[in-house]
Amino acid sequence: MTDRDSALAIAGLAKRYGRAQVLGGIALDVAPGERVALLGHNGAGKSTLIKLVLGLTRPTCGTIRVAGHAPGSAAARAATAYLPEQVAFHKSLTGREQLTTFARLAGEPVKTVAPLLERVGLIDAADQRIGTYSKGMRQRLGLAQALLGRRRVALLDEPTSGLDPISRHDLYAVIDEMAANGTALLIASHALTELEARTDRIAIMAKGRLVADDSLGNLARAAALPTRIRLTAREGAADAVQASLGGTRVNGRAVELHCTTEQKMAQLARISVLGDAVRDVEMVPPSLEDLYRHYCGEGLQ
Amino acid sequence: MIARVLAIAAAEFRIQTRNRWLASATVLMLLFALALTFAGSAPTGTLGVDLLTVAVASMTTLAVYLAPFLALMIAFDAVAGEAERGTLGLTLTYPLSRSEMLLGKFLAHLAVLAIAIGVGLGAAGAAAWLAGGAGPESLMSLARLIATAIVLGASFLALGYAASVLSGSGAGAAGLAVGLWLVLVVLYDLGLLGALVFDDGGAFTKHAFPWLLAANPADAFRLWNVAGSEQVALVSGMAGAGAALPVWAAPLSLFLWPVLALLLARAAFARVEP
Repeated sequence: MTDRDSALAIAGLAKRYGRAQVLGGIALDVAPGERVALLGHNGAGKSTLIKLVLGLTRPTCGTIRVAGHAPGSAAARAATAYLPEQVAFHKSLTGREQLTTFARLAGEPVKTVAPLLERVGLIDAADQRIGTYSKGMRQRLGLAQALLGRRRVALLDEPTSGLDPISRHDLYAVIDEMAANGTALLIASHALTELEARTDRIAIMAKGRLVADDSLGNLARAAALPTRIRLTAREGAADAVQASLGGTRVNGRAVELHCTTEQKMAQLARISVLGDAVRDVEMVPPSLEDLYRHYCGEGLQ
Repeated sequence: MIARVLAIAAAEFRIQTRNRWLASATVLMLLFALALTFAGSAPTGTLGVDLLTVAVASMTTLAVYLAPFLALMIAFDAVAGEAERGTLGLTLTYPLSRSEMLLGKFLAHLAVLAIAIGVGLGAAGAAAWLAGGAGPESLMSLARLIATAIVLGASFLALGYAASVLSGSGAGAAGLAVGLWLVLVVLYDLGLLGALVFDDGGAFTKHAFPWLLAANPADAFRLWNVAGSEQVALVSGMAGAGAALPVWAAPLSLFLWPVLALLLARAAFARVEP
């Protein structure tokens, strides 16, 4: 992938504040229409990376190109949408006035404002002051301003914080719509949840470094986290089941096995041979949280 | 560029009217100006000038204190408040330069100040005219007073932005603004007065003092209004210091201050990482 193909191209990026190295050796490309989740604990360097891409602070070394432009340049800013984590607009303005101001700053026609408010479900509250809004409504207003115009790159910082499940569902739809329009999305979060799992790629940061950057499937394969299989045996058959399959006895009647993704089918075949000695089989694949902790733990060592 | 400056200015002006700064600043100006106009109407007979002239002299003294105060109160939150709310970072990710942002806020705040000063001093002047008469010269003095008070306010708006940028928090900016007001409007004059007493009519009094007086925006404002009208000078008794200076000194100082203070605020703003 060349610089020209990627909407966001980051290479050899490092940032130091005094002696403290906050970011080092970051290389990350996001193609148009691609959704990348940027994960990491608080203090892992996600916010610093976002500030660097926005041009709000300057890198110590390395390069960033936003739609082919230097971060912070007028062209780069016109091409970038940003949703801050904790966004609090001035409480005296109404939602419509605030969004109109942003539209005028972005050089977008004011007539785009009402459809956007409709899109994020704020049209009924459009002429109320932002001071009366709930946290979720402020977050929706923040999302509306990120949808202004046709941006090439969108940076969403913890977009799900403060959203109820229905709003979260709407957010997925908005994110997919932006991606379908060719916007490159970088979604920062401090955990791996359903939202991040729906992205095309997952980048994990720990201590200022990128410790993983791949699709969820590839990350799971590379981590080779075991799948847990829990068998419930027929009364009195637990010992026989354990004797033929191995694993550990959990209580009187259950046996727990661990196996890799590749061994899973073979293991199931062996279980079915046992016939009615096994009452029930429960398979628990490695959870998103297990995976996230695996990579973060690796990065911290 | 103009569109973005106006977008910021429109939003900011709306905020100022909504949070009632415009109304309270105007009422404050009006009440003080009316009170001074009628409390200070006693010397008209003895000095042989009309009531408006006396009122302008009293209101000049009022505006020296009140215009900078109102300006600082409006301006101190301009950048610090946005930084605290988290909107500064978001706004600056739009294709809006920091100069455009400052300029937009400056336009809105200047409009608020101009309305408060224009209505407050204008209404008190009109009342004095109706009650005790006015001549063309005293009307001219009133117009000059209103215009220069707005320019004086502009200087302190810009100084307020510098305080707002440098302190980074709303509370810190408020403290810095009060400090600026005290130093430039009150303590500076006291310091000069002390130096005059100590110098006792020597070289400092003759050569340095008038220039130091003109260098302060509040004193430059006073000098210009006093020098502009012999009658106001007569009433306010402040003609001596102004006479030693060329006519352009006080106006130059008064107009340079807003420009320099805005440049200072802009330079400090460049170093802010939201």
